Amino acid sequence: MANQAAAHSDHHEDHPTGWRRYVYSTNHKDIGTMYLIFAIIAGVIGGAMSVVMRMELQSPGDGILGGNFHLYNVLVTGHGLIMIFFMVMPAMIGGFGNWFVPLMIGAPDMAFPRMNNISFWLLPVSFILLVISIFVEGPPGNDGVGGGWTIYPPLSTSGQPGPAMDYAILSMHVAGISSILGSINFITTIFNMRAPGMTMHKMPLFVWSVLVTVFLLLLSLPVFAGAITMLLTDRNFGTTFFDPAGGGDPILYQHLFWFFAHPEVYILILPGFGIVSHVVSTFSKKPVFGYLGMAYAMVAIGGVGFVVWAHHMYTAGLSVDTQAYFVAATMVIAVPTGVKIFSWIATMWGGSIEFKTPMLWALGFIFLFTLGGVTGVMLANAGVDRAYHDTYFVVAHFHYVLSLGAVFAIFAGWYYWFGKMFGYTYSEFIGKLHFWITFIGVNLIFFPQHFLGMAGMPRRYVDYPDAYAGWNYWSSIGSYIAAFGVLVFLFGVFHALARKQPAGDNPWGEGATTLEWTLSSPPPFHQFSDLPKIK
Amino acid sequence: MGLFKSIKTAWLAMTIFLLGAAAAQANQPEPWQLGFQEAASENMAMITDFNNFLLYIMTAVTLVVLGLMVYVMVRFNARANPEPSKTTHNTLVEVVWTVVPILILVVIAIPSFRLLYFQRDIPQAEMTVKAVGYQWYWGYEYPDHGDFAFDSLMLTDEERGDQPRLLATDTAMVVPVDTTVRVVVTAADVLHAFAMPAFGLKMDAVPGRLNETWFKAEQTGTYYGQCSELCGIRHAFMPIRIEVVSKEQFAAWVEEAQAEYAQIEQSDGMYANASVKIDATR
Repeated sequence: MANQAAAHSDHHEDHPTGWRRYVYSTNHKDIGTMYLIFAIIAGVIGGAMSVVMRMELQSPGDGILGGNFHLYNVLVTGHGLIMIFFMVMPAMIGGFGNWFVPLMIGAPDMAFPRMNNISFWLLPVSFILLVISIFVEGPPGNDGVGGGWTIYPPLSTSGQPGPAMDYAILSMHVAGISSILGSINFITTIFNMRAPGMTMHKMPLFVWSVLVTVFLLLLSLPVFAGAITMLLTDRNFGTTFFDPAGGGDPILYQHLFWFFAHPEVYILILPGFGIVSHVVSTFSKKPVFGYLGMAYAMVAIGGVGFVVWAHHMYTAGLSVDTQAYFVAATMVIAVPTGVKIFSWIATMWGGSIEFKTPMLWALGFIFLFTLGGVTGVMLANAGVDRAYHDTYFVVAHFHYVLSLGAVFAIFAGWYYWFGKMFGYTYSEFIGKLHFWITFIGVNLIFFPQHFLGMAGMPRRYVDYPDAYAGWNYWSSIGSYIAAFGVLVFLFGVFHALARKQPAGDNPWGEGATTLEWTLSSPPPFHQFSDLPKIK
Repeated sequence: MGLFKSIKTAWLAMTIFLLGAAAAQANQPEPWQLGFQEAASENMAMITDFNNFLLYIMTAVTLVVLGLMVYVMVRFNARANPEPSKTTHNTLVEVVWTVVPILILVVIAIPSFRLLYFQRDIPQAEMTVKAVGYQWYWGYEYPDHGDFAFDSLMLTDEERGDQPRLLATDTAMVVPVDTTVRVVVTAADVLHAFAMPAFGLKMDAVPGRLNETWFKAEQTGTYYGQCSELCGIRHAFMPIRIEVVSKEQFAAWVEEAQAEYAQIEQSDGMYANASVKIDATR
C-alpha cells in the first residue's frame, strides 16, 4: 500500500528530460511553450511571405516575382492561412491559453493532458501539409494554392484541379481537429478545475476570453469542416454541392465558410481582449473597471458573431432584405466592443500608470483596434460596402484589427508574461524599441491602404494601375520597417535568454493580482499540488 | 450605300469624340488619391455623401477615444498620480457608454438603409447589358439591341495607346448617357466581380446565377473598373471599360456593332455560349 502510494507519487512528479519532455509532453506549460515557438516560426514564415508580396507591389509592373502571377496568389493564400491558423491561434489559445488558464484558475494542469499533447502535435502535421501544397500542382502548370484563404469555389474546385488544393484542405482539416480537441480541453478545464472559491464571476478576464473563444471554435469549426469536405468531394468524387451544373451553388460555400470564418476572426481577437485587460489593470495598478460588463461583452461579441456572417457577401447577390438584416446585426457588435474600449480607458482612469513595454503594446492595441473598429462600422453598411468590397480598404480594416490588434495583444502578453514563463527579464529598451519600430512600420503599411481602397484598388492584385503607385510604395517601406521590428523582437528574446537576469515571482508589483504571480518564475513543473483558496 | 456611308461617318465622328472624351474626362484613379473617384451616377453620389457622413462620425469617435487616452496617460501616469484609486464601477457612465453608441448607430442606420434600398430597388430599366466574366476577360451582350455579343480584353503596353496601363481594353461596354441600364452579371468559369467605382457599382459574377444591378450614368466619358473577386492567375488583368456616349452616338454604335458582331454565333443558353468561348481561348 505504501509502495503503491510512493509509486503513484513518483509518477505524478515524473519530469521527463531531453526530447521526451517535449514530444511526449503532457505538461501544459511545456506544451504552451511549444505552441509559442511554433507560432514564432510560423509567424516569421507568414511575415516573410507578406514582405515578398510588398516587394512585388512596391512599384507597378513586374517586381521580385518576375511575372509569376500565380506565385503571388499562392503567397496571398499562404500568408492568410499561416497567420490565422499557425500564428495567431497557436500563440493566443495554444500558447498563452495553455500556459495561463490553468495557472489563473488555480489548476495543476489541463483537464486532458494527453489530448493537449495531440492538439499540439497535429499542428506541425497540418503545417507540413500546407507547405507541401505550395510545391505540388494547383492550376494546370502552376504549383500551389492560389485561391485566397477563403478558397471560394469554383476557383478551388474546377479552377485548380491539381492536388495542391487537396493538401490545403487536408491541412485545414487537421488544424481544425487540433483546435476542436483543444477547445474541449479548455472548456472542461475551465468548468471543472477552478480552485475552490473561484466562481465563474471571479475568473480572470483572460480565462473568460479563452472560454468564449473555445466555444466559438467548437461551434464554428464543424461547419468549416463540412464545407471543405464538400469541396473535397466536389473535387474528387463527382459531387456537385457547389457546382451549378449539378444543381449546386457556389454561394452556399460562401455562407458555410463565413458562418465559420466570422466567428474565427473573433477567435483571433478575443483572447487579445483578455490579455489587454490584464495588462491595463496591472500597469494602472487598479482592478479592471466593470468586470462583469467586460466578461459579458465578450460573451455578447461571441454570440452576435455567429449571426453576422453574410456581411462578407454584400456583393454576392443577396436579396436586399437579407443585406438589411446583416447591416443591422453587424452594427450591433459595435456596442459591446465600445463597452470594452471605454472600460479599458476607465480602468486607467484614476490609475497610476507605468509605461512598461507590455503597457505600450496594450495602449497601441486599444487605439489601433478602435481605428480598425470604426472602419468596420463603415464596412458594415451594405450601401457603401458597394464601393469598399474587395478593395484595399478592407485589407486595411482587417489588418488594423488583426495585424495591429491581435498581434499587438500577443506582444503585450509576450512581454507581460515573459518573465513568468522563462524566469528572466527582457530588456525594457529592446522591448520599447520593438514596439516603436513595429508601431511606425505597421501604420505606414496599412494606413495608406485606406486611401488605395477608396481610390478603388482591388485586393489580391499582383499588379496595379500606375495611379496607385505612390501609396503602394509607402506601404512597402512600412513593411520593411515592420520586418526590421521582427528582427529586433527576435534579438530581444535571445538577449533576455542569454542575459539570464532573474525576473522574480512578481516583477509588476501590486497591480498584478492574478494567481500566476503567486508562483515562482518560471513556475514549478507541477504547481498547485495544494489547491489555492480564493476568497 | 448611303446608309453605310452615314454609319461610317458616325463611327468616325464617334471615334474622334471618344478619344477626345477619354483625354478630357476619364474616370480612373489619380496618383496620391485620398478619397473616392468622382461620382458619375446618383448612386455613387449618394454613396459618397453617406461615406462622408460616416467619416465625420468615425473620425469624431476615434478622436474622442484618442483624446481620452491622451488625457489618461498625462493625468494618471505614475508620476502625476502616485496613488491609484480603487474605483471599479460607475453605473451611470456604463449606461452612457452603452446607450450613446446605440444612438450613434441608429443615426447611421437610417441613411444606410435608405441608400441600400435605393441601390437594390431596381428601377424600370431602359436597356439591359449582360456582363459575363471569363478567365480572364469580360464579355458583353446586348439582348435589347439584336442580341449581339463581344469580348473585352486587356490591351498590352504596345497596344494600349493613350489608355492607362492595366485598365486599357480593346472594346468597351458602350451605353447611352442618362439612361437606366440594367446590368445582368454572371460568370462562365469561376467567380469574378463586375466593378465600376465611378458608378458605385460592384456585383459578383457567379456561375449559374444571374445577378442584377443597375446604373444611370450622368455624364459622357470613359470609365474604368477592374475585376473585384479573386479569379485566378490573371485576376489583375481583366479590366472593365465603360464608354458613356450620347444617345445618338449610342444608336450609331449599335448599328455598327450589330454589323461587326453579327457573325459571332449566338446560342440560347449561357453555358453553351460560355463553353464555345472557353474552348476558343484554350
